[in-house]
Amino acid sequence: MRGIGSIEGCAPSIEHFVPQQYLAPDGSFDAARVAALGIPRELLMKLYRGMLLIRIIDERMLTLQRQGRISFYGEARGQEAAVVGTAAALGKSDYVLPALREAGAALYRGLPLRTYISQIYGNENDLTKGRQMPCHPGSRDARYVTMSSCIATQLPHAVGMAMAAKLRHDPVVIAGYMGDGATSEGDFHVALNFAAVYRAPVVLVCQNNQWAISTPVAGQTASPTIAHKALGYGIPALRVDGNDVLACYAAMRDAVAFARAGGGPIFLEALTYRVSAHSTSDDPSRYRDESVTAVWKSERDPLCRFRHFLRVIGALSDGVDSALHEAIEAEIKSAVVAEEAARPPALATLIEDVFATPTEALREQLAEVAAALPAHPHS
Amino acid sequence: MPVYNIIQAVNDALRIEMRKNPNIVILGEDVGNFGGVFRATSGLQEEFGKDRVMDTPLAEAGIIGSAIGMALYGLRPVAEIQFSDFIYPAFDQIVNELAKFRYRSGGEYPAPMVIRTPYGGGIRGGHYHSQSPEAYFAHTPGLKIVIPSNPYDAKGLLLSAMREEDPILFMEPKRVYRASRGEVPEGEYTIPIGQAKIVRPGKGVTVLCYGSMVHSVLDAVDKQGAAEFDPEIVDLRTIVPFDGEAILESVRKTGRVVIVYEAPKTCGFGAELSAFIAEKALLHLEAPIARVAGLDTPFPYTLELEYLPSPERIAKAIAETARY
Ligand SMILES: Cc1ncc(C[n+]2csc(CCOP(=O)(O)OP(=O)(O)O)c2C)c(N)n1
Ligand SMILES: [Mg+2]
Repeated sequence: MRGIGSIEGCAPSIEHFVPQQYLAPDGSFDAARVAALGIPRELLMKLYRGMLLIRIIDERMLTLQRQGRISFYGEARGQEAAVVGTAAALGKSDYVLPALREAGAALYRGLPLRTYISQIYGNENDLTKGRQMPCHPGSRDARYVTMSSCIATQLPHAVGMAMAAKLRHDPVVIAGYMGDGATSEGDFHVALNFAAVYRAPVVLVCQNNQWAISTPVAGQTASPTIAHKALGYGIPALRVDGNDVLACYAAMRDAVAFARAGGGPIFLEALTYRVSAHSTSDDPSRYRDESVTAVWKSERDPLCRFRHFLRVIGALSDGVDSALHEAIEAEIKSAVVAEEAARPPALATLIEDVFATPTEALREQLAEVAAALPAHPHS
Repeated sequence: MPVYNIIQAVNDALRIEMRKNPNIVILGEDVGNFGGVFRATSGLQEEFGKDRVMDTPLAEAGIIGSAIGMALYGLRPVAEIQFSDFIYPAFDQIVNELAKFRYRSGGEYPAPMVIRTPYGGGIRGGHYHSQSPEAYFAHTPGLKIVIPSNPYDAKGLLLSAMREEDPILFMEPKRVYRASRGEVPEGEYTIPIGQAKIVRPGKGVTVLCYGSMVHSVLDAVDKQGAAEFDPEIVDLRTIVPFDGEAILESVRKTGRVVIVYEAPKTCGFGAELSAFIAEKALLHLEAPIARVAGLDTPFPYTLELEYLPSPERIAKAIAETARY
C-alpha cells in the first residue's frame, strides 16, 4: 500500500481499522494524549464556535421551514464535529468540494452568514441567484465549490482539481466530501481510481452517518468498513470517531499534510450518525428504530462532548458559553430579518449564466415570459 | 369506486400485477422498507418480501444494469429512479444497453422492463428535483415512453407497461402526484400504450400536451379565459410511440395547434410533434404551430413559476393562435 507507513494512524492492515478517538463519549480523555496534539486554545474555541454555529443555524432554519418561511432544509445535526474538525485542518488556499452536509465548513472558511441565508431564501442577494434549493451554497472566496444535489458527482471533480494543482506545482490540497451512500455510485469508484493513479493531492472525506435516506450502511455495502474501499484502490485510509472533534481535526491534519507533502490521495472515514431526518421532506420513524437515534442524539452528541471537555480544561465558562450562544443567535436573527425582506432575483437572471452571454433565443424566450406576466408576482 | 391520487393508483397497479405475475420484481433506492420517498411502493415489501421488493445501494447504473440482467433472465423488473434528475448515471445502461438489446441480439435477448420515475417542476426542487428529460430518451430508438396525467390513466397504463414486450420509461408527473385525484376502478384494466385521449373536445385550436402540463392547459382554459377559443385538449399519454392519427384528426378539424411541454424548448418533444404536423398536415394549417415550453435554461429555483409554461402563457398562445 503506497504511503501507508508514512502516516501515523493509517491502517497498516484491515484489522487495525479501529476509529481513532481522543474524547470518549462519556467525556473522559487522556490529558497527555490530547496535549500532545498541540492544539492551541484559540483554535479549540474556534472549533467550538464553528460547531455551535451549525447547531443553532440548523435549529433556527428548521423552525423557519416548519413555519413555511423557507421551502426545505437539510440539517447536519450530530455531524458538527466531523464537519468542523475536518474543515479546520484545511488551509485558506485549499478547496472544499462538499456533499450534502458540509455547509458548516463553508461558514468556517469564512462564507458570510448573510450569504448562506440568502441562498436559503434564493433571493436577490443570493450569490448563486436563486438557482438551487436551500442548503446548496458555494463561493469562490471561501473556496467552497457550489454543490450539486446529484450524489457523488463532486468526487471526480475534487480529484481533477487536485490533479490540476499538482500539475501547476501549487501546494494546494483538495478536500472531497461524501456520505456513505455516495460510496455506491460509479463516480466514487472512478474518483478513487483516478486519484490513486495520478497520486492527486486530494483528501477524500466520508461522513459515514450510517444512513442514506432509509438505507442503512449495511444495505449500501458488504465491505467491513468504508475505509476498506480506499485500500482496494491503493489509497491509504484513516478511520475516526466522527463525533470527536479532536480526532477529526487530528486525522484531517495528518491527511492534509500527507497529501500536501506529495504522498498522493488519502481517505478519511468519519464514523457518525444522522440523528435528524434526511431532510425536512423525510420522516425517519417510518424506517428506523428511533431509540437508537436517541442514544446518538444524547450520549454521543459531539457538541456536548466537546463542551464538557472545554469546561474540564477550563477553556469555557458558563458565562462565555452563553455569551457565544447569544451572539450567534443575534447574528442569525438579523440575517434572517434582512434576507426575508429581500426581493426575489430579477426576472432577467432567469437567462443569465446559461452561457457567458445570453443567446438571441434566450432573450426572445425571456421576452415571451415577461409579456405573459401582467400581474407578475415578483415585480 | 375508490378515489385515488396518482401515487395510490401506481401502488395499486404494482400490487395487482405482483400478485398475478411472480416474475415482477421491484428495485430502487428506498423502495422497500420505506415504500419509496413518494410512497409509491408503500406496503409492497411487506406483502411480497425482500426478494421481490429490493432496496438497492445508491447507484442508478447498478439499478438499471442489474434490472436489465434480470429481464434477460426472464424476470419483469420494475425499477424506480427516485427523481428523473438522477437517471443520468444510468444513461449509458438505458441508451446503449436496454434500448438496444433486442436489436443487437436480433431478437435473441429482448429486455422488457419498466423504469418508473417522477419528473417535472413546480415543487420548489431547483435544478435537480424538477427536470423533464423525456426528449433524451425519445431520441433513443428502442424505448417506449409513457407519461400519464391522472390516476385513472396511471393505473391502466402502468398495468399495460408491465405486460409490454419492450422496455418502457414510465414518467410520473410529481407536481400532481397527490393533487390529481379521481375515480379508479378496482382490479384490473388496461389502457393501450400509444393511444391519446381527448380531454376536452373543441373545434377552435388543438392543444397537445402530456403529464402535468395537461393540468396547466386545463387551468388556461377554465381560469384564464382560453375556453372562448373552443380548444380541443389532447393528452398524448404516450409520447413514443405517439398517437399520430388522433393528432392529425384534431389538426385537420381545427387547423391550429399549440403544443405545451415543460422541458426546455429547443429539441423538446414538441419539436418532433411540430415537425410531424408540418409533414402530414401543412395544408390544413391556418396559423403557425405554437410551442409553449420551459426556457432553454437549467431549471431554476426561485423563479420556477416564471420558467414553467404558466396557464397565462398557455392562454396567450391559444388566443394568438386562434386569432391568427
Ligand atoms: C444520483 C442521485 N441519486 C439519488 C439521489 C437522491 N438522494 C438524495 S440524498 C440521498 C442519500 C444520500 O446518502 P449519503 O450519501 O449517505 O448522504 P447523507 O444524506 O447521509 O448525508 C439520496 C438517495 C441523489 N440526490 N442523487
Ligand atoms: Mg449517509
